[in-house]
Amino acid sequence: MEYNIDIAVIGGGPAGISAAINTHLRGKSVTIFTNSYKSSPLYKAKKVENYPGLPDISGAKLLDGMYDHLKSMKITAIKAQVLSIADMGEGFYISAGSEFQSAKAVILATGVVQTSFYPGESELLGHGISYCATCDGMLYKGKRVALIGLTGDALEEANQLHDIGCDVTFISPSIKPDKLKPGIKVLKGSKFEFKGEKKLKALIIDGVEHEFDGVFITRASVAPDLLLPGLDIKDGFIQVDKKMQTNIAGVFAAGDCTGKPNQILKATGQGQIAAFSATAYIDEREQA
Amino acid sequence: MAIINLTKDNFDEKIKTGTVLVDFWADWCGPCRMLAPILDELAEKLSDKAVFAKLDVDAEPEIAQRYGISSIPTVILFKDGQIKETKVGVQPAAVYEKIINEV
Repeated sequence: MEYNIDIAVIGGGPAGISAAINTHLRGKSVTIFTNSYKSSPLYKAKKVENYPGLPDISGAKLLDGMYDHLKSMKITAIKAQVLSIADMGEGFYISAGSEFQSAKAVILATGVVQTSFYPGESELLGHGISYCATCDGMLYKGKRVALIGLTGDALEEANQLHDIGCDVTFISPSIKPDKLKPGIKVLKGSKFEFKGEKKLKALIIDGVEHEFDGVFITRASVAPDLLLPGLDIKDGFIQVDKKMQTNIAGVFAAGDCTGKPNQILKATGQGQIAAFSATAYIDEREQA
Repeated sequence: MAIINLTKDNFDEKIKTGTVLVDFWADWCGPCRMLAPILDELAEKLSDKAVFAKLDVDAEPEIAQRYGISSIPTVILFKDGQIKETKVGVQPAAVYEKIINEV
């Protein structure tokens, strides 16, 4: 089996960027899969006080600088949400958007863990609740769907569902419903709960029950253990050893997804270690 | 053995007897395309234990509706026409192998 890249880095925050740069410097091919970095919470930080050598730099300037660094090395960053990773034994398949890539090793740098699902969300995921409009939108053609927008691409996804032919209602606690196509309904709400036994029956928005055939939620990232079944997670954090190795051979993790403190320096340091470990892993296998 | 393509014309007949693993997929779905080679390989490996088949939900919406497919990929394991296991989303090959061995 051919694997088209050496190392796939999932997540384009400081940990992922550091992992990619260090992989590149070790002579291995690397691709980052990421959401738009300007939608990262770090980008909105007005002041980062503890980055040695860059006192009081803004989060935006720091990230812009990191992305310039990637560009100067011609490192590929693909803007796509990774929905699934399959362990093929000698390598991995990574499903991003409507295509899939293959890599010999994976570095997970997926960021701050989202531990709070809405009541009923985990039970009904795949049974009326979906994180992927491109995957599942067509199944709801002509049906009533809600889109709970929690990330920057929520508006785009709502429009996409509308274009497919779904009857869309957009709800977001944080995103303004500008640039939505005509015909898309808008509801206000911030507390969500799902009702249904084996299949979604209703979405409860701020205590009021609404019937929908399907609900799409745009989250920044898929929880790591849903992304890669079998991954050792504790309290929502990916378990790693000192080499940033997870319990799955060839899978490494770095940054906020491995635990606290949620700090840029820790992320970049771990990203580097993960890169060293992942490149050594590939070399050892090739020499065997 | 290669994976059989199911349509509304042959679906009922093909799942009626024996162990049949059906992959409900669609062309626009990235994870479905990723699952395909995984199941291709498994079909070869387990050809004596199960028949592997796939149904394009876009081409055959009534069958997808019949089984309440609300997320793809969904894999359903049938034995003599009865649903034995349903797996939603891409799972490691070992998961599909286990359900076939244990059916």
